[in-house]
Amino acid sequence: MLRVDKLSTFYGNIQALRDVTIRARRGQITTIIGANGAGKTTLLRTVSGLNKARHGLVIYEDRDITNMQPSRIVHAGISQVPQGRQVFGEMTVGENLALGAYVRRFRERGEIEDDRRMVYELFPVLEERASQVAGTLSGGEQQMLAVGRALMSHPRLLLLDEPSMGLAPKVIQSIFRTLLALHEQGLTILLVEQDAKIALETADYGYVMRTGKVALEGEAGELLENEEVKRIYLG
Amino acid sequence: MVGRDADNRILVGGAAAAFCVLIVATLVVKGSTGLQWIMSGMTVGSIYALIAMGFSVIYSSTHVINFAQGEFSMLGGVLMFSLVTRGHLPTWLGFIIAVLIVTAIGAGLERVAIRPMRNHSVISVIIVTIGLAIALRATAKWIWGTDPVRVTAFSSGTRVKILGAYLPPQSFWVFGFAAVAVVLVFLFFNRTLLGKGMRAAAMNPDAASLVGVSSSTSSLVAWTIAAALGSAAGIVIAPIILPSFSSGAMLGLKGFSAAVVGGLGSAPGAVVGGLVLGVLETITAGVLPTGYKDAIAFLLLILVLLVRPQGLLGRAEDVKV
Ligand SMILES: Nc1ncnc2c1ncn2[C@@H]1O[C@H](COP(=O)(O)OP(=O)(O)OP(=O)(O)O)[C@@H](O)[C@H]1O
Ligand SMILES: [Mg+2]
Repeated sequence: MLRVDKLSTFYGNIQALRDVTIRARRGQITTIIGANGAGKTTLLRTVSGLNKARHGLVIYEDRDITNMQPSRIVHAGISQVPQGRQVFGEMTVGENLALGAYVRRFRERGEIEDDRRMVYELFPVLEERASQVAGTLSGGEQQMLAVGRALMSHPRLLLLDEPSMGLAPKVIQSIFRTLLALHEQGLTILLVEQDAKIALETADYGYVMRTGKVALEGEAGELLENEEVKRIYLG
Repeated sequence: MVGRDADNRILVGGAAAAFCVLIVATLVVKGSTGLQWIMSGMTVGSIYALIAMGFSVIYSSTHVINFAQGEFSMLGGVLMFSLVTRGHLPTWLGFIIAVLIVTAIGAGLERVAIRPMRNHSVISVIIVTIGLAIALRATAKWIWGTDPVRVTAFSSGTRVKILGAYLPPQSFWVFGFAAVAVVLVFLFFNRTLLGKGMRAAAMNPDAASLVGVSSSTSSLVAWTIAAALGSAAGIVIAPIILPSFSSGAMLGLKGFSAAVVGGLGSAPGAVVGGLVLGVLETITAGVLPTGYKDAIAFLLLILVLLVRPQGLLGRAEDVKV
């Protein structure tokens, strides 16, 4: 469904991605793990068009989307839950969700309401807080809102950047249960995580990134057993 | 941080208190003449407020200061002269046509001159807006000549007397249009998804891009709104100020000062800044020799930039230098 081929992204003269090649298969959860500064966020940002690739390709559903405008990539069906949640803090929960459906504003009124109901079923707390200003939500609630907002564009591919960051184990569990539920409904997921254990336990396939390169890849179950992964990321 | 917040509140509160004392003192010492000054000040102040909102809308979506903002008002005024005073169209029709023409010019300029600059620095874009201002001024000079034009007032009739102060009927048109424009802008940014998307992009550009807000669309919409606001302001004030090809520069400067005083990017700030500047100007004109009036805008601008760069109602994190 998503194919990233030999992607290289730079910040000025600093190369953050070096010929990164990954796949996210339809209907699967694919995870990318790696330490701080490995380039995971840069990879997702380049896929979403926020950073420009210098070399390489991003192919989505057989379409070349490399360096397209971010809004057009959302239109194409890719939605991202960015690192650090990035909710619109001065707006209400309801407004954040409405903005999630921004690309569908001219059509699908009814479907947008269906999706809002679906998000409220996944995260009932968001419905209770619908008119609360997003900046006053707890970290876990903000993460749920960020996921809900991303779902409101009705994506076929969901990118998540460290949804576990800064959250209590119980909240993390609940978010990952939701991801599995979405996976069961057929959503394709590309999950970036530092918490290698929960990521590999949830995913079908995994990549390990190190200093801007893919260092290792394999079935998630195999990676969980891999000695090197165990030592560095699960230790 | 708490200490600085408190300091800031004292500063803004102090400024508000000083302004209120000045108003009361003017009323007590000058009586109905003072009231006359204040009401005339609020009339031009409403115009400054609309122009300031034009600056703020473009600034908050693109961080560009549009130095051609005043020219939109100038164009509105001189077009009104051609359409209504010379062309004998009904005022309402002339108003609509003039606003539409200037709005189309604003949107068109964004597409041909601003959008191609999207990968350049903000400073380069600001320099382009200076170029646009010069070009618009030159075009207006070529079409309308150098003499100021006299635009017919919206309604005939003599001055209206309120509590001993006299106001031209046009002042009420100004207040009415300004109020309607402010409400429309508020509704756009708070009730429509397009407007909310633009606010979201001002708060968090990356997150807004990720929900599909396009910076190119936002920039076009911002220029369209700014041109509409500027032209409407220039049109309703035209019967009072005798517009000419060069009157945009001063209106732009006043609107810019008002926007900075209120806090660039803040719509309520633009309204407050505009009214405060307008009233201070007329009071100054009343008590000091002529000529000092136009210095007030500069004085306020410098004072605010020195003491509180984010403006009265702006927030510190919005200030990007
Ligand atoms: N805006 C930027 N300007 C310059 N360098 C950057 C920028 N953003 C990231 N980098 C650099 O690029 C490299 C990759 O960063 P990136 O944020 O993609 O890592 P990451 O794997 O997401 O890390 P983390 O787990 O901490 O989020 C790092 O060396 C980082 O310092
Ligand atoms: Mg990261």
